[in-house]
Formats: sequence, structure tokens, C-alpha cells
Amino acid sequence: MKRIQDQLREDKKLVSIYFTAGFPNLDDTKVIIENLEKSGVDMIEIGLPFSDPLADGPTIQASSTKALKNGMTTQLLFEQLQNIRQTVNIPLLIMGYFNPILQFGVENFYKKCQETGIDGLIIPDLPLEVYLSDYKSIFEKYHLAPIFLITPQTSEDRIRQIDEASDAFIYMVSSSSVTGSRTAFDEKQLAYFEKIASLKLKNPQIIGFGISNSTTFKQATQFQKGAILGSHFVNHLEKYGSHDAETFISTII
Amino acid sequence: MNTNYNSDEKGYYGSFGGAFIPEMLYPNVEELRRNYLKISQEPEFKKEFHSLLKQYVGRPTPLYLAKRLSEKYNTKIYLKREDLCHTGAHKINNTIGQILLAKRLGKQRIIAETGAGQHGVATATVCALMGLQCIVYMGEVDIERQAPNIARMKMLGAEVRPVSSGSRTLKDATNEAIRDWISNPEATFYIIGSVVGPHPYPDMVARFQSIISEEMQLQLMEQENRQNPDYVIACVGGGSNAAGAFYHFLENEDVKLIAAEAAGKGIDSGESAATSALGKIGIIHGSKTLLMQTDDGQITEPYSISAGLDYPGIGPMHAHLFESKRAEFLSITDDQAMQAGIELAQLEGIIPAIESAHALAVLECKKFRPEDIVIINLSGRGDKDLNTYINYFKL
Repeated sequence: MKRIQDQLREDKKLVSIYFTAGFPNLDDTKVIIENLEKSGVDMIEIGLPFSDPLADGPTIQASSTKALKNGMTTQLLFEQLQNIRQTVNIPLLIMGYFNPILQFGVENFYKKCQETGIDGLIIPDLPLEVYLSDYKSIFEKYHLAPIFLITPQTSEDRIRQIDEASDAFIYMVSSSSVTGSRTAFDEKQLAYFEKIASLKLKNPQIIGFGISNSTTFKQATQFQKGAILGSHFVNHLEKYGSHDAETFISTII
Repeated sequence: MNTNYNSDEKGYYGSFGGAFIPEMLYPNVEELRRNYLKISQEPEFKKEFHSLLKQYVGRPTPLYLAKRLSEKYNTKIYLKREDLCHTGAHKINNTIGQILLAKRLGKQRIIAETGAGQHGVATATVCALMGLQCIVYMGEVDIERQAPNIARMKMLGAEVRPVSSGSRTLKDATNEAIRDWISNPEATFYIIGSVVGPHPYPDMVARFQSIISEEMQLQLMEQENRQNPDYVIACVGGGSNAAGAFYHFLENEDVKLIAAEAAGKGIDSGESAATSALGKIGIIHGSKTLLMQTDDGQITEPYSISAGLDYPGIGPMHAHLFESKRAEFLSITDDQAMQAGIELAQLEGIIPAIESAHALAVLECKKFRPEDIVIINLSGRGDKDLNTYINYFKL
């Protein structure tokens, strides 16, 4: 968790990258992470693939299906990440749906996260209420930052509750949609970014969903601390394989 | 009412249920949660709901004493004739309720998922009735095997969107409907067809379907001078017809409840949909319930000859009825169901849906006493299954 908090204090806009573990090839996880760090990425979300990713668009769904076909499992992900902290220093988060975590055993999963050097978790279908009543203490025990999402439909009251429960950053969904790329944000979205900035929340916000190029990255980071690219990077992996993160990153920053 | 078997205010049935939804769905689900009881208990709502059930759906549906079937099994068997509902199954009880709610919430666009197409047709029907836009998500695999229902939905003015993700069946159609709702959060209402999904859906759908057991009690009083049967039998996929058939008997433990699940080609065949036998606790479509999945928590694809029972989970109410042993769960194979289907046709002149034939097949599996009163919920008619019957029996 401390690695995320330190990174958030850096005086720069953060580039954060999502990729699906086990895609395009089963054993690409480590090399993708190392290349991303070398290319200047500030933070990484490692996607734990799930058969039924409700909040994801076609690109991430397809990469998850492929990863599962390749043989990706929760246990294998932890094995692949076993020595990751010997070579990688930037914050690493796992983004995954709750059912695979539940089957792995929640406590066991969090413990493994801590052992491998994972700093935070994004679990889209673990809502704030369930986190607070059942899982808060276990996040704290293993020093994992819980990351919650907000959307343009989230009320200010609820945003403040989420801010209160968060200890790193808030994942700000750019628009009402599932994950996927777009070429530019419209006036309405920019107004939303500015409005959230004006709330003066205690946690910085990082924008995800719809970031795909330097235009959308600049728009997203005008008022917020950073942006997350997912689908667009997954497409890049599919086209060019896992060894070429650098060209991708150079089109963003 | 004592609520041992109904949901608590957070939508839990024992340890099952709840609302495990992404934040993007929170405002819509919360709006529904805050309003569904309030609106559905308003006198005006009740009046409109019951008037449509009577004049449009054709309720009350008969509680029919099946004499020849009773003779064969040497017990007293009543059939609750949901197959006589408009559109051919109980599904419309729920879609009428939800469309009235959607209208009162000011929604203009309706989305739904469908497997066999029955819920899709029931949704398209009420959308036509209310003049609302209707989009139905349906897996490509199901579209191929249910052509007549696609045509019905189109005639009713609905748009059918083929789903090509995942295994291209009901669970993927449900995922896609949820994604649509995420992307259209303001004027869209999602009509779920079973007692599944995040709270308040399981409770809401069970309440709309509870008309089935409400009528059973009144009709049994008329015909037998008693309110409660000894047994109520219903098939369970997600479990909406069973929820409706069990609802008013849940707290009366003298009434034994039997849920018939689809064993497909057999529980150990790898091609089955018997969730209570094969499932573990997990999360599907926003609900914590019993779920067929791999050790790694990936949801597996179920199989049944009946498209309507082809769901890898069961509603949280049923997971609780199973765990608490309030209901007995029996697994019925494809073959047992098909035999029960043709038996009903030849003994009583009624062609049942293959889903309902699973409930009928319980008669072969379990011994009832001559003095028992057994109600079987005949949830749908078999017209939609003619092709399957033709192929199976080489008719």
C-alpha cells in the first residue's frame, strides 16, 4: 500500500496500465510487467481473468477468455509473481472479480498478495457496503489498498463515503459504459472531471475507461492525478506481442 | 409473516443473496430497492396489476384434478395450469409486474435476457402492451435452437440482439443485458426473468410470481375444503415458477416442497444443470448463491435438454431452501423428463413444456400415499418444445 501512496505523492501525472494475466501467452505476465516499468509506466493493474466479467467490454472479455483457455489460474498467477519484487519497484495492483477470490479463500488470497508484493486490489463486484461490513479488517491486516470505483451517476454523498473508505486513490470511471476505447472525451465528460476535482476529496483520482491516446490521456489528467489504459493496451498486446510496451507507451506520454 | 424463508431487508436468504454489483449499477439497483415495495403495495398499482392478470393473462389459471394421472400414481394430483397463461407460461406474471414498475419509475427503454425465449417473449409482449421500446439479449446458440420465439419477439416489435461472448447462452445473455444497463443508466429498466440477480430482484420476482400459490390456496379450499396440500412440486432453473408456487407455503412446514432440477444426461456425466448437486457457494450476476463452477471459480456451462433450466446457478431463495432442507431437491434426467412429458400428453391431453415435465417426472421417483394431495406446478406449455419432442420420440 505504501508504494501506491508514495507514487501518488510524486509531482507528475501517473500512467497506469491494465493487462489480463495469461494473455496473449500464459507465461507473459512477468515480462509484460518488467517491460512496462522500463517504459516509464507508474503503476500496473494485473487482471485476474474471469469467465463472466460483467463490467468489461469485448476486448477485455476476449482476452480473459483466451487467458483462461491458455490455462491461467489464481494459483498460477501467484507463482508467476513470486519473485516480481526482485526486479520491479512500481506499485502493482490486482484487478479481478470476487468469485475467483472467494473460491481461492479470501484470507489466503490477501495473504498471497502481501507475500508477492501486491499493493492494492480493485474488485468491481465487491461493493462498498460489503467491504465495510465483512472485509475491511482483512484488507488492513495485509496492508492492501481497497480501490473503489465512482461513475458520473455516483451521488456526491456516496462519493464522500467512498473517499472516506479509501486510502490510496479513487478509480474514476470516465463515462457510463463498460471498458473500451474511445478517441476523445466530450464536453459533458470534461465537465464531470472538473466537478469531481472541485470536491477536494482526500484521495486523488485516477481516470479509467476510454483512455486510448495522448489526447484522451491529457484530457483525463487535466484535473485528475492520472489515467488507466486497459483495452487499448490489451489490443496492442494482441497485435504486437508482449515485448513491445515501449512503442505503446511512447504514443501516450 | 414469519420470514425464515423470505429475504431480509438486505436481500439475504440465510447466507445467500445480497447485491454484489459493480458501482456502475449502484444507482439503478438502489433506485429499484428503495421503490419496489412502496410502489407495488400502492392500491392503484395492485388494481392495475390484478386487472391485467385477470383480463390479459387469463388468471386465475385452473387448479385441475388430473384423474388419470392420479390413478396411475395412486395419489391425488392437481396441476396448476400456468401453461394456460397468455404467452404460454408463468413468465408473464413477472413481466406484467415489472413493466408497471418501470412505467412508474419513468423508464422508457426495456431490456431483458432470455434463454429459451419464453421470458423474452413475455417481455416483448408487455412492452407492446405498454408501448415501450424493448431489447432482448439472447445467446447465438439459443437463437439457433429457438427460431419460433425469435419470430414472436420480432412480431411483437422487440429487437433481438444476438450475444456472441462466452458460451453464447443464457448466462452470457444476462451478462450482456447487465452491460447494456451499465452503458444506459438513466432511462433503461432491466426486466430480469427469474428469481436471480442482485437484491431486490429475487424478492421482487418471487412476489410477482406468488400469485401462483395464492390462487392454489383459494382453489384448494374450494375443491378440497382445505388450504394446504401435502406436497408442492415445481421445476427449478433459476427458480421463478418454484418461488411462486412455494411462496405462500414457505412458512408452513406441513406442506412439503419438492424442487426438480435438470440432471441433463446424469449428474456425473459432465452434462448437467443440477446446481444443488453440483454447485458450490459463489457469486453470479450479482447474487451470492449456489453456482456450478470450476475449483478456480470460473463459471461452468450447464446442460439440459430444456433450455429454460439451462442456468449454472439457482436463485438465492432456493439455495437457502436447499441448505436448510426446507425443500427436497431431486435431479431429473433428460430421459425421465421426456417420458413424463409424453405421459401427461397421453393420460391427460396436455402437452407440457419440457421444463415442467421435470416436475412431473418426480411422480416416478417418489412414492406418495393415496390420501396425499400433491400439486404440481405446470409452469408452461410444450408448443415451443415440439421440435425437441419430435426429434426425441421420432414423431
